[in-house]
Amino acid sequence: MTSPPATDPVHVAPQADHAAKALTPLQRIADLRAWLFLAFLILGFEIWSRVDFGGTFLFNPFNIQSIAVFAVAPLLLATGQTFVIISGGIDLSMGFIMGLAAVVAAHVINWATPGMGLGLAVLFGGLVAVLVAAIPGIVNGLLVAFLKVPPFIGTLGMFGVARGVAFLLAGGTTVPVKNDVFAALGNGKFHGVPYIIVVTTVFVLIMHYILSQTRFGQHNYAIGANAQAARRAGINIKWHLLRLYVLSGICAGVAGVLYAARFSAGAAQAGEPLLLDSVAAVVIGGASLFGGSGTILGTVAGALVIAVIQYGLVFINVAPFWQFISVGVVIIISVLIDQAQRRFSGGRQSE
Amino acid sequence: MNDMSPVQETLLEVRHLSKNFGPVQALNDLSMTVRAGEVVALAGDNGAGKTTLIKAISGVYQPSSGEILLKGKPVSFASPQEARDQGIETIYQDLALADNLTIGANIFLGREPMRRAFGILPVLDRAKMAEAAKTTMALLDFHVSRLDAPVSNFSGGQRQAVAIGRAVYWNAQILIMDEPTAALGVPEQRKVIQLIHQLKAQGRGVIFISHNLQDIFTVADRIVVLRRGVQAGERRIVDTTHDEVVKLMVGG
Repeated sequence: MTSPPATDPVHVAPQADHAAKALTPLQRIADLRAWLFLAFLILGFEIWSRVDFGGTFLFNPFNIQSIAVFAVAPLLLATGQTFVIISGGIDLSMGFIMGLAAVVAAHVINWATPGMGLGLAVLFGGLVAVLVAAIPGIVNGLLVAFLKVPPFIGTLGMFGVARGVAFLLAGGTTVPVKNDVFAALGNGKFHGVPYIIVVTTVFVLIMHYILSQTRFGQHNYAIGANAQAARRAGINIKWHLLRLYVLSGICAGVAGVLYAARFSAGAAQAGEPLLLDSVAAVVIGGASLFGGSGTILGTVAGALVIAVIQYGLVFINVAPFWQFISVGVVIIISVLIDQAQRRFSGGRQSE
Repeated sequence: MNDMSPVQETLLEVRHLSKNFGPVQALNDLSMTVRAGEVVALAGDNGAGKTTLIKAISGVYQPSSGEILLKGKPVSFASPQEARDQGIETIYQDLALADNLTIGANIFLGREPMRRAFGILPVLDRAKMAEAAKTTMALLDFHVSRLDAPVSNFSGGQRQAVAIGRAVYWNAQILIMDEPTAALGVPEQRKVIQLIHQLKAQGRGVIFISHNLQDIFTVADRIVVLRRGVQAGERRIVDTTHDEVVKLMVGG
């Protein structure tokens, strides 16, 4: 006889979430490691500079401002890179997309200034540069999403293409910009805070919002963790990836425009040394290169860690090559902490 | 001996379904029904056509011939999404969850609710997702307190429960479960069997694929045995034995 649906089967109340333990203090600390790194670094430099020459590192507003300005370009690249890395990909082309955008911004502003006037030309040039930066982003997205090219290879190809196009447009040299409004954007201040820091802060907050509060951000995490599950849940993965790489292109474009403003010149190699810094910032900030984890706020901390190391070592007068060693060590430590954390909290597939 | 007293509404009826891939006849003239509150087990050796059958029902494949009726109405699904919209949900054995998201976020994956922060800014409605997760999981007799934890923190059976919870939340009438216990340890398997009993008690229809005859005999009301794409037999669980089912599966 079939049991009618109303009969309650032998009832064994399953255990509730016994396997889900609250985060231990150690795990909480591991989650905040980038900010802790930052605090330790600042403390270390503070002590060093007091002992060494009786000055202060942290309480010198000039230092803070310099570090922030220093961090702007890598941070802008790193915000876009955070999205891409969370999705399980990587965008190697960002550095030269930034250079391309810087060159395009310089050319377009120079071209438009006589006709449009200073302010409008800057707006127009900046917009065109960001739109141009979106084009390699579209190509990256098409390659990765529709042609199934691994992100590492697809964006490496675009790295070469963007690099070549940027140098061709620049004629192999830097392109000076003659526009006072643009120079003011790069070097002026708003109530003592440089404009580029204001622009970057607003931009990063928007990116934080997109990642943490929108469906796009939520789907990005899901795709990074389990693309199959995301597809089964009805998420259009191809369309998502396309938009994702366009977004990272736009981040690189904004970085390029701000670079050109700061130096009143567009240079094709503007972002060349910054790409790996941006990946490092994301990793130090707690994202996993396997995808599925990371936050914009973590990346901000990661970018500041790198900037503090680079600036701090110069400040205490250590040979600049120590920067590379220090950043490298911090990256390795971050990854080790990440893996240890995964061993402790993840992998509980069955009992 | 196949006739059943039609006490319950028929949810799903498959009539003379065939599916061929080129010259390969994967499924040949297969008929079966699933009633409300009934668990139908699909058994058969590898390649017997179980997977083809559930893929045809869940919209992954379009049948070559035959028809599928949902509550008496003929339906055809161009995609799994359409089948899901009509209340047929498949729970895959490899747990289609995003491990880094919470239970609520997994339930709403792809259909996230939004609210307006400060009256203007659209943001994810996490409170609603957590609330839905709590009530849905309670419905399955899984009482979860840590709603902000990613599902990777949970055990295999609990994660299976989340996948089922998602189907229940979206009001799936028919759940197709492909080897739901295969990846689990014994205590976890028992929990999943309990879950299937819950679904049954809620009047949903369950199609249950398993290699484990023990599980089939514990939970199913009827068993449909496939062999080389044809129905080798259909029995009520109370009328049959392990030996008979095995004979039907291997033939002879």
